[in-house]
Amino acid sequence: MLEYLAGQYDVIVIGAGHAGCEAALAAARMGCKTLILTISWDNVALMPCNPAIGGPAKGHLVREIDALGGQMGLTIDATAIQIRMLNTGKGPAVHALRAQADKKKYQQYMIQVLEHQQNLDVRQAMVESIRVEQGQVQGVLTQTGAFFAAPNVVITSGTYLKGRIIIGDLHYPGGPNGYFPSTELAASLRDIGVQLGRFKTGTPARVDGRTVDFTKMVEQPGDEDPLNFSFISPRIERKQISCWLTYTTEETHQIIRDNLHRSPLYAGVIEGTGPRYCPSIEDKVVRFADKKSHQVFVEPEGANTHEMYVQGMSTSLPEDIQLAMLRSIIGMENVKIIRPGYAIEYDYVVPTQLKLSLEHQTIQGLFTAGQVNGTSGYEEAAAQGIIAGINAACRAQGKEPFILKRSDAYIGVLIDDLVTKGTNEPYRMLTSRAEYRLLLRQDNADQRLTQIGRTIGLVDDIRYERFQRKMDRVGQEKELWSKTFVTPGNARLQEILEQKQSSPLTKGLSLFDLLRRPELTFDDLHSLLEYDEAPETVDPEVAEQVEISAKFEGYLVKQQAQVERFNKLESRRLPPDLDYASIGGLSTEARQKLMARRPESLGQASRISGVNPADISILLVYLEQRRRRDNGGNGE
Amino acid sequence: MVGDTIAAVATAIGEGGIGIVRVSGPDAKEVIKKVFLPRYGSSVDSWTSHTLHLGHVIHPDDGHVIDEVLCAWMAGPRSFTTEDVVEFHCHGGSVPVRETLNAVLRAGVRLAEPGEFARRAFLGGRLDLAQAEAIIGIIRSKTRDGLGAAVSQLEGQLSRRISKVRNEILAVLAHLEALIDFPEEDLPDITPERLSKDVQSISTEIQRLLDRSQTGRVLQEGWRTVIAGRPNVGKSSLLNALLDEQRAIVTDIPGTTRDAIEEFIEIGGIPLRLVDTAGIRETEDLVEKIGVEKTREYMEKADLVLYVLDGSDGLSNDDEELLRSLQDRPSVVLVNKSDLTVRRLDEEQLQSVVGDKPVIFMSAKEGWGLEELAAQIRRLVYKNEAGSVLSGMDPNESRLDLITQARHREALERAQSHVLSVKSGLEMALSPDFLTIDLKAAWEALGEIIGETVGEDILDKIFSSFCIGK
Repeated sequence: MLEYLAGQYDVIVIGAGHAGCEAALAAARMGCKTLILTISWDNVALMPCNPAIGGPAKGHLVREIDALGGQMGLTIDATAIQIRMLNTGKGPAVHALRAQADKKKYQQYMIQVLEHQQNLDVRQAMVESIRVEQGQVQGVLTQTGAFFAAPNVVITSGTYLKGRIIIGDLHYPGGPNGYFPSTELAASLRDIGVQLGRFKTGTPARVDGRTVDFTKMVEQPGDEDPLNFSFISPRIERKQISCWLTYTTEETHQIIRDNLHRSPLYAGVIEGTGPRYCPSIEDKVVRFADKKSHQVFVEPEGANTHEMYVQGMSTSLPEDIQLAMLRSIIGMENVKIIRPGYAIEYDYVVPTQLKLSLEHQTIQGLFTAGQVNGTSGYEEAAAQGIIAGINAACRAQGKEPFILKRSDAYIGVLIDDLVTKGTNEPYRMLTSRAEYRLLLRQDNADQRLTQIGRTIGLVDDIRYERFQRKMDRVGQEKELWSKTFVTPGNARLQEILEQKQSSPLTKGLSLFDLLRRPELTFDDLHSLLEYDEAPETVDPEVAEQVEISAKFEGYLVKQQAQVERFNKLESRRLPPDLDYASIGGLSTEARQKLMARRPESLGQASRISGVNPADISILLVYLEQRRRRDNGGNGE
Repeated sequence: MVGDTIAAVATAIGEGGIGIVRVSGPDAKEVIKKVFLPRYGSSVDSWTSHTLHLGHVIHPDDGHVIDEVLCAWMAGPRSFTTEDVVEFHCHGGSVPVRETLNAVLRAGVRLAEPGEFARRAFLGGRLDLAQAEAIIGIIRSKTRDGLGAAVSQLEGQLSRRISKVRNEILAVLAHLEALIDFPEEDLPDITPERLSKDVQSISTEIQRLLDRSQTGRVLQEGWRTVIAGRPNVGKSSLLNALLDEQRAIVTDIPGTTRDAIEEFIEIGGIPLRLVDTAGIRETEDLVEKIGVEKTREYMEKADLVLYVLDGSDGLSNDDEELLRSLQDRPSVVLVNKSDLTVRRLDEEQLQSVVGDKPVIFMSAKEGWGLEELAAQIRRLVYKNEAGSVLSGMDPNESRLDLITQARHREALERAQSHVLSVKSGLEMALSPDFLTIDLKAAWEALGEIIGETVGEDILDKIFSSFCIGK
């Protein structure tokens, strides 16, 4: 086919899923001339699996994306049909917001945002190859012969790379949800030296809600006073739509056991590794054979559709078995399928060949983000997308790479895990992966990241001013609480304490100190304050910050001290040209791993398995040697 | 690992009259305040740099005296590492050095990694470039030794017990984490009562390990040792030979009554408490003075019996009776006067009586066989301290023992303090996200002892224990 020059850009993003949208918006908002390409303009921000965003750790990611000036939080706030805060009894660090999305509305909203974004061109096209010359990306070539030139390309191809759909003994090349797969791009990536692996994931059937008997199920309503993901979304009055909880039966399990020989997973048709936290129903029945019944959540796919997602029933069994299985579930005796469940296998980019900026180590200007990097989940994808977009823009503008540390954000943990340790299953963010969980709360994502987002250029005036106002209020409120002393003689106070079954006050102390008592809340004590200009009510967001800092100060200070220790090694940069082969004393394993991974700091090096403290010691000595040689002196 | 305060033993252990525990880093002065009681009451803050101070090292928890020492204070940057440095010069036996190091670690500093003092000296500009290679060599070689020790610890009861406690912690931790990360799965709940019970059991087990590491008497007060034998076989000359041989007399250990008729010696790095040495000196005849029955009673209370025979004489009925009564008790049979040409002792007969007990032909007068005796004692002590921190260790590596013991103790104590935080957190009804922090820290501290701290374990445990999946 004759090739033609179709355009010249600073940054090109391939794919318009959750990673692609954030990447393209970030680059364009930072002022780069940006192009976003997708196989179909109808699959923008598609949710091919569950119709939900958030949950533990994932909700944290969304808030962090939002605080940096990203889009996901705003879009889900505007299109959610139900919002719940999970884990409220388990402590402030793990509170988790989760929203049910109206899938179609979510897509429409995102399309609108993309189409209205300055500096951003949108285009439907199938990219077949990436052109690289002398280790530097030149641009991308599409199926129709269009060559788009750019020094920075972000690949966010999700599960489309050499995608293969598997339903029972049927399998065919395909992307998610009936879209085309991307067959040529994977070969092109191999050609330019990108190492690929193969993963698998799956999704359950969608059913017709008119054929479901909800009276036999338990209703799962949203919160009465729902919160937003975004720190700047207006409070939205919405009619919430419920989800429904039901259970599999002995019959379900019998059907599965009787038909295991028809499961591609057990028949060996599937080669890719699937995620452990997202097993298929056949997997669950086999591995936990003594469990008599499994939970099934029936979730609406949107406000204007009868299509329902059957969470918990992910499967690659043949269609006839899927139907029989579904009909054995309580309340689904007469159910009709709208779309069958399927498993999908796809190529992913082995993430250990990336830098922390998500740029490829050896191919300059090539960035990858999202599910193509071996993760799973819309939120994980979006989190990488915004970072890859920012870094592509930084590179285009000659700025230093932008990296969030493990102590800054879940996003930092996610990317460091991927790049430093790699993953042998589709990676999902979990709160237990974050070692500084108490500091990385979803309630303080704005305090951690808004200023950073402002510096990069993603946080606009509206968001920034709102953030500053909140911080001012928190500061004033804390000061007021610390300055207000109460004494045992305060009858109203003693009354409150008695009411709350808190021991009576015996000596004077500040209200802030009193708030440390676990049984007392901000609201309990608030009436004791005397404001100069009394604000009638305190914004719950502000109250939350005061309460958390009073109650958990000891733990927070302890964790902060850990972070400072952690940062000492983290701030020791390792030059990219370091010749590990010439450093005597390193163990062989450490040398090989260091040469392959090229860590960017001593801290990152210390997290590579096989690199032990002695190797880090030796690197410290070597760096000092090198510094003195470079200075030409002898350390005087 | 950069810029915190570290400590280590700077001298070879059990050799020489002085042992030095060195501390370097910003908290060095704090360490002095916590563990050192100066003889002449001036405060550390008023000390001039590069001065020596006489006083006692005390344990930071309960203030008990460990050793009388000289404390050297060298303020940075005019020190070896260019940081604040303090050195405690204690008595050279392994007990005071080890206990001083433990006290220092307890005061909140970290045990130095191999070659870390030298590395800091280099990074501080104290050593020149030419010496850098040598430092890398030190780091490498010491690590190799250290790894040897770590590997030998992996065998044995200790590592099994630690793994067991770790697994108990992991089970609780994985359960809590699963409930946090998968709130909508129908996982079995964990009640506060159940949690308290589990944490209590973990704490008890760690305490048991700590108790062993602390009160294993060989570590604290020496093995109770009885020298037995008929009149004139040479018990007194053996005692004198041992007293001459020992390298350093261990100081009085507070809390144990030191009987006037006990001698404290260290042989082959093992502290021994010789019982009724006065009796031996006065009468030269334990059996004669107190009779066979009484001797047997003494031997029964002993941790170690050194039974002396006269090689120039035969085996008497008393000997046979007493030797047979030793049974499994750790003991060494010493055939003294083996320098004499006259040999009346029937070796076959002896063998049939003592079985597989070690027999050493020696001469207390000439000083023969004492080294072999030292080696035998070490072997016996290590064998019989199974289950304590010494188990599974090579008795010929006493220096490493000491370092690893200190490391173990420190890690066990850290683990225990985290578990206690979980306990008090439970009492305060703290939410699980706080409890998991200390549980994880305890689990990691124990992992340091056996060399396992891989984060992925928690997820593996979650996915293998619970049915999770949307």
